Amino acid sequence: MARLVKTEKEVEGRYTEQWVVVEEDALEQWPAGPLQTVGRPATRIDGLARARGEARYTQDVQLPGMLHAAVLRSPHARARVNQLALEPALQAPGVRAVIGPGELEALTDQPNYEGQAIAAVVAETAELARAAVEEISVDWEVLEPLLDADEAMRQKSFFDDPKRYERGDVERGFTEADAVVEAEYRTQSVLHNALETHQTACEWEGDTLVVYTSTQFLWGVRDEVAEAFDLPKDKVRVICRFMGGGFGAKGSAGDYTLIAAELARRTGRPVHCRLSRREENVNSGNRNPTIQKLRLGARADGTLIAISAEYVCLLGWDGWLPPTSGPAQMIYACENVSTVEYGVRLNAPPMDAFRAPGFVEGTFGLECALDELAAKLDLDPLELRRRNHADHDPLDERPFSGKELIECYRRAEPHWERRHEVRARSEGPWKRGVGIATQLWYGGGGPPSYAWVRMSGDGTVSVLTAMQDIGTGTRTTMAQIAAEELGVPLERVTVELGDTAHGPYATVSGGSSTTPSVGPAVRAAAGDVARQIREIAAQRFDLEERVLSLSNGKVHSADGGSWPLEEITGLLEDGQILGKGARGPNPAGMRVMTFGIQVAEVAVDVETGEIVVERVYAVHDIGRVINPLGAESQIEGGIIQAIGHSLSEQRLLDPQTGKVLTQTLDAYRLPTIADVPEIVSELIDAPDTHLTNLGSKGLGEPPIVPTAAAIANAIRDATGAAVRSLPITREELLRALREAEERQSAEERVGAASA
Amino acid sequence: MSELIVNGHAYVLDAPVGRTLAEVLRDNLGLTGTKIACGEGHCGACTVQLDGVPVLSCITLAHTVPGREVTTIEGLREHPLVDAFVEADATQCGFCTPGQIVSASALLEASPDPTDEEIKHAMAGNLCRCGTYPKIERAIHAVANTGGGG
Repeated sequence: MARLVKTEKEVEGRYTEQWVVVEEDALEQWPAGPLQTVGRPATRIDGLARARGEARYTQDVQLPGMLHAAVLRSPHARARVNQLALEPALQAPGVRAVIGPGELEALTDQPNYEGQAIAAVVAETAELARAAVEEISVDWEVLEPLLDADEAMRQKSFFDDPKRYERGDVERGFTEADAVVEAEYRTQSVLHNALETHQTACEWEGDTLVVYTSTQFLWGVRDEVAEAFDLPKDKVRVICRFMGGGFGAKGSAGDYTLIAAELARRTGRPVHCRLSRREENVNSGNRNPTIQKLRLGARADGTLIAISAEYVCLLGWDGWLPPTSGPAQMIYACENVSTVEYGVRLNAPPMDAFRAPGFVEGTFGLECALDELAAKLDLDPLELRRRNHADHDPLDERPFSGKELIECYRRAEPHWERRHEVRARSEGPWKRGVGIATQLWYGGGGPPSYAWVRMSGDGTVSVLTAMQDIGTGTRTTMAQIAAEELGVPLERVTVELGDTAHGPYATVSGGSSTTPSVGPAVRAAAGDVARQIREIAAQRFDLEERVLSLSNGKVHSADGGSWPLEEITGLLEDGQILGKGARGPNPAGMRVMTFGIQVAEVAVDVETGEIVVERVYAVHDIGRVINPLGAESQIEGGIIQAIGHSLSEQRLLDPQTGKVLTQTLDAYRLPTIADVPEIVSELIDAPDTHLTNLGSKGLGEPPIVPTAAAIANAIRDATGAAVRSLPITREELLRALREAEERQSAEERVGAASA
Repeated sequence: MSELIVNGHAYVLDAPVGRTLAEVLRDNLGLTGTKIACGEGHCGACTVQLDGVPVLSCITLAHTVPGREVTTIEGLREHPLVDAFVEADATQCGFCTPGQIVSASALLEASPDPTDEEIKHAMAGNLCRCGTYPKIERAIHAVANTGGGG
């Protein structure tokens, strides 16, 4: 009988209670270590389609009679539209419809950030649509934007009341501290820049709206569009079989989707609305900048006894407050902690989730400050981290469902030991050093997510679940899980995903939640099929079901007999064996987190300020690893993005007008193949024995979390300069070098005076 | 009317002057393996070969290339790099992958056993936001080592 229970669900640090229906016969976890298919490297089952250019992305959708939309966006960070003449656009060649403010909620005549949508045109070609947008005449009243963080703090331009957290007595902690460090850290706004821009093609099929969109969350888009157009949810079908990257910014429908749907409704033809790269970089989300004031206190033996932290998060005009204080609250077992976070509203483009939102920023400040503390205490930074290890969740004393951070530290040791040899390789102006930083992030996923598995008479297997593959390789991961459970080779399994009309609900691909949420549902569905096969075989061969097992494409009996699967499934001819599975609840009363540490080696030219990251070692604990090959790629990709965040990427806003100055990919500098260091990675691969039937957590986000701090700490190790601002530009490095020199000469003066 | 030669096939080019090669390939010929990611020549996703030399098709006007040999990913589907990219896991979201393979095949044509430095130099114009770069290097070396580049 189905049992209704309540469980805790977390997405990117936001916890909710969730009702979930639990089937009684949950599967036991598999034994640890590589199995037949799970835990062994698998190349992507859709790799060829992508590499051959056959995979159809939203950009490639070409529907008969399809029109193209272009959007008039505000060139001003804050303005009022006094008059708007849409008529000239309607008269322009090839134009089929024009809509403005009042005709769709996504369109406004009072923009509060650059790029907010004002009007939209649909025409026979994208070129004609763009040309027609130019014909719209607008009488703007330009208003003064709020852009300055200090001014916004003075005006209390906040989304909500400041978020405060306190445990213990932080002031008493500081009075008892033998060493205290205090510093301000800043992180910049970073742009996602997925190579496929945000886009959607909409087509009405009778009263059903079909939405082809580049998304991380099919079902979220379905719900948003259904609500916007007042449609029953299943009258909206959302399709995304291949998507060209998201990194957090493609979790909702976006104005382009609503515009395409409305224009398709008005014209009776399919409509494609695609953001240009420049629109993408203005208007499709960003990692919000932060200003962090940190104070850490410790006893002489390194015990952290006080952390106080203030985070000013510049969210833009819209968005939500990411858990920036999470690392300060949760990484270390510190008795006295006080944090406050301000979500500041400015006339700047809204933030959106970006790969471990909040923790990337918060880890940078905390882990840099911790190294400054280690220097003050004259303690080894790795040893300091070990001494403050949190055996249980410091927030509420909950046990962790699984935590292998000490093992991560142990494995990192030889890489950390390299620092003596690395420093010795300093030469002339090039100084070398090594830095470390700890990683903590969520990644446990949660219900609901479902999967169906279908086995045909010839023994081939289809997994159906309306999840999405945003480039992380989920098709392959799900196929491996099904293949393992059914004891069939991977080649026999196909995975159908990316269509809300084909398969049941699955989670958002965000918060490192895809594998830990959908994976257990796929295993449960495959287990349902396996059980039926055993039942059928038992009856066919007059055996007891409990003596039968599935492996190598066969049904085996304990007495040594075996039959190819097809011999059993073939009995049914066109009949199919159908299985269904659901993600179960999260372990009650436990905290599910991912852990790790990275070690960065850098070379710094102290004359020019040039910084080269030469090597990064990463070790993470994400529970059971399904596909070590895909996992390695996730780690490398996260580190490479983090190197961009650390050294070159920065969205610049004009401080007077609030306009985005870095709209193009020559102005906004992404890492290239020439910027990539040697990356050495490993995973602990110990199943989280409390978490689901898989014991797996997500890996999409953990690798990006600690890299920037590890790089900054390596720079300090190499040069003595404490860089405290991202990106670490040459200016920032030279500033920190000067500061270090001044500090040193001041110390020498003090030393000389006392001598 | 001029003639466009793509992957060995001749097409009558029927597009307004000013249309880019990328648009003609994708919209007129249905060769959607060539992706447009920035549309202004900064990212390399639209890379095709013109007489064997990589060019950015999003900033190449179709009318400037009559009679020249255009090679797109569709013309390189049997190239050993395709399997090598899959084997090395050099594709994540895959949106940049066709452009990467087009650039890499031109590199191997010019330099059958490239050094790491040559690879970095030749491939630095092809951005990959997912960060598959180490795997791309591995894939190119794998083909070079088997002599499959030529």
